[in-house]
Amino acid sequence: MSQDPPDRAVPLLEMRKVNAHYGAVHALRDVNLSIYAGELVCLLGGNASGKSTTLKTLLGMLTPTSGEVVLDGEVVNGRPTSYLVARGVTMVPENRRLFKRLTVRENLQLGAYLRKDSDAVASDLERVFELFPRVKERLGQKAGTLSGGEQQMVAIGRALMSQPRVLLMDEPSMGLAPTLVQQNFELISQIHEAGMTVFMVEQNANMALGIADRGWVLQTGRVVLDDTAEALLANPALRTSYLGGGKDDSDSS
Amino acid sequence: MNLTVPSETGPQPPPGPAASTASNDSPPRPPFAQDWGRIARMGAVGAVGQIFISLSNMPVKLDGRAIIEGILSLGYLSLVVLPFAVGSRVGYQVRREGVPFHRPGTYEVVGGAACGAVVGGGLSLLAILIANFDLREPLVNWSPILADLLAFNRGTAFAVVIWLAVGAVIGALGGLLRVVPPLAKRILWTVVLTLFGAAVLESLTTDLAEGMGLEGPVEWFYAPRGGLTVTGAIALAIGSAVLAVVGRGRVKGAKAHIDSLEGPARTRAHLGLILATGAVLVILPMFAGKLTNELLANVGLFVLLALGLNVVVGLAGILDLGYVAFFAVGSYSAAVLTAAASPRINPELPWFVALIGVVILTGLVGLFIGAPVIRMRGDYLAIVTLGFGEIIRLLFLSDWLSGWFGGSQGITNIPGAEIFGLAEVSGTDPRSVFYLVLAFCAIAIYVSWRLERSRIGRAWMAVREDETVAEAMGINTVNVKLLAFVVGAVLGSFSGAIFSAKVGSVFPASFLILVSIVILVVVIFGGMGSIVGVIAGSAVLIGVLGGPKQPGLLAEFSEFKLLIYGALLVWMMLARPEGLIPSVRRTRELHQEEMAQDAWLRGQTDEDETADDNNGAAAGRTAVGES
Repeated sequence: MSQDPPDRAVPLLEMRKVNAHYGAVHALRDVNLSIYAGELVCLLGGNASGKSTTLKTLLGMLTPTSGEVVLDGEVVNGRPTSYLVARGVTMVPENRRLFKRLTVRENLQLGAYLRKDSDAVASDLERVFELFPRVKERLGQKAGTLSGGEQQMVAIGRALMSQPRVLLMDEPSMGLAPTLVQQNFELISQIHEAGMTVFMVEQNANMALGIADRGWVLQTGRVVLDDTAEALLANPALRTSYLGGGKDDSDSS
Repeated sequence: MNLTVPSETGPQPPPGPAASTASNDSPPRPPFAQDWGRIARMGAVGAVGQIFISLSNMPVKLDGRAIIEGILSLGYLSLVVLPFAVGSRVGYQVRREGVPFHRPGTYEVVGGAACGAVVGGGLSLLAILIANFDLREPLVNWSPILADLLAFNRGTAFAVVIWLAVGAVIGALGGLLRVVPPLAKRILWTVVLTLFGAAVLESLTTDLAEGMGLEGPVEWFYAPRGGLTVTGAIALAIGSAVLAVVGRGRVKGAKAHIDSLEGPARTRAHLGLILATGAVLVILPMFAGKLTNELLANVGLFVLLALGLNVVVGLAGILDLGYVAFFAVGSYSAAVLTAAASPRINPELPWFVALIGVVILTGLVGLFIGAPVIRMRGDYLAIVTLGFGEIIRLLFLSDWLSGWFGGSQGITNIPGAEIFGLAEVSGTDPRSVFYLVLAFCAIAIYVSWRLERSRIGRAWMAVREDETVAEAMGINTVNVKLLAFVVGAVLGSFSGAIFSAKVGSVFPASFLILVSIVILVVVIFGGMGSIVGVIAGSAVLIGVLGGPKQPGLLAEFSEFKLLIYGALLVWMMLARPEGLIPSVRRTRELHQEEMAQDAWLRGQTDEDETADDNNGAAAGRTAVGES
């Protein structure tokens, strides 16, 4: 998981003037994002602001109507999800969404579904155990029987098993008790410190900006703010343009 | 929130009544302080059910099948099932934490008797109504025969009294079941099941006994006109009771022992079990006559179909209601490729060569049907597969293709399957058909077993669980589902190819939608996703009750087959949703609630702990030692 220090020249993952539609609904309007290797960045926004759509577009689950999604200099518009996953883009879905009736081991194996290098998979599995010793104890258990915190660990472990270069996290605070939200953000910064590039989508602005380097604010499909985390936190426009900011947000679904 | 977590239990306390101890039992309730409203309600429901059973003509039709000669027939058995069930159920008390649990006693017996009497009263009422009114116009079975059966040929007044009494006695027996100690209960059930099983398996046992030259003892057990003899029944009852006492816990112990084994020892134990079962299945038919082998072959054909559907429904979660289409395509393509009488093309290939063509053709049809269907989800998919199942049958029936497939005339004179010049397998020799089916079942079982543990099997299960996330993992969901569809189709086509060689002719009428439904019922009844369950489901449903067109051991049931299928399914979904012999996976998932609660309790402790050491410790290593 060790990565080179941030290379400001070429973004790892980039959106250039992307527009996306769900049928007639114009979900993203000229969105520009660039994620550099080694960064921890976040996309903030309220409900229906287009956050999840952005993630889906980045992962190839939705094809943009115009604009370009660029991975490491290569335009990947219209490529299937498997193509992107194989090239290191991985998502941790909101609410964790483990395969509940499968064992923890099977969940982790499914994270490495596209990989053929079984030796490296085995060593990555060990690395996940190092990161989350608790997961190792639960290997044979059905994922649905784990506690919320453990499920979060398995969800992140499952994503790490695909050997990602960038981790897309969809609302990591969603549906968790406040203490678990805290724990979850600690997990994320822990992974980031280990060298992982993380792009997270959040409603809870204070929590997210507390650990992120940079952030964007999305409002009805348009990027309205783009700044460093400190600047965004200090910016009064954050509070006016986006009604987040309170810790209570973690409880609203 | 002051939750006390039961810490004396292990990490995973087994759910169910076994876990709760008798420590908080209150003394039994007084016998006559009954909840009369509940008794009246349940009794009324039972009475309506019992009247419905009577008017379905089941008692009259099944009266011909004796269980114990001169004492009990299957028909009368059908009249006492509900008083027993209701009598047993009315005394049922859910154990809840913090609520006093009354030790069962006379209360249960009295309640059962009262409830059973209400159900019996329903039959009394029916007897009176039949005597005084003539409703034969809408209700065809409203007949003097039924009245005589209910009255034991002794007049209406006798019927009224006797059914109230019988209901009360049987209901009390049901209630008694809650009171007696476990060992007595175990003996009772063993005896009842042994007697019933012996009566049901009569034709099978006599047939096998003839093959082994053991007619003597078997004739002693069975009466010449069917059913057990009284002495035979008593002997069996005593024998099984002794076995129940001696064998107590042995089977469970052996199972637990095998489960506790690990690594190669466990594999060896499993292999031994499989080999033993295989040996029995190979040797048994040698002693069996035509009828038994015919039955076994039919069961085998359905096992093959059910295994195929199990891949589609059980593993990949695609609810295919038109599975019969692949059975049909397999049968027809085998017929066309082997039969000289096939209308348009008749290459008259040997069966095994034709089988290659069958697999390719069915695989292609699977792709062709699957490609549009697979993009849908849930109920839409089920409806569309239902449609395709019918379309395939109608195509074979149509005038448009009758030049190829003979329309409603079908294809006849299909030769048997020739096995490398060694043997000719055809319908006249059901034993060889069974061996052929057995071989293909073995292949299908091996393939399903391997698939379930493979990368592709995991992908199927992931798609079944959460299609969107599966896609996000990089699984090409469309291809993976299509593959499941095709694998299922090919397994079904084997059954079809054997079927056409066995029967010697194929007609569109053999591939009604009912076949799809029956296969699905077999899979659900046996236990979705469980290979052993699917086999057991076929044995019980097809072997005992009979398939869509094939009679089972209880040939008298044929008329009521669907009714019983339905009743079994409803009961199954209520009492044992994981199926007869569930896969471990399914049991877990269906009792998720209990386990989720368990996990929640554990989660609660986790959260408390993380809250306690809040000073920024790496979350990954919190509470590692806990639990």
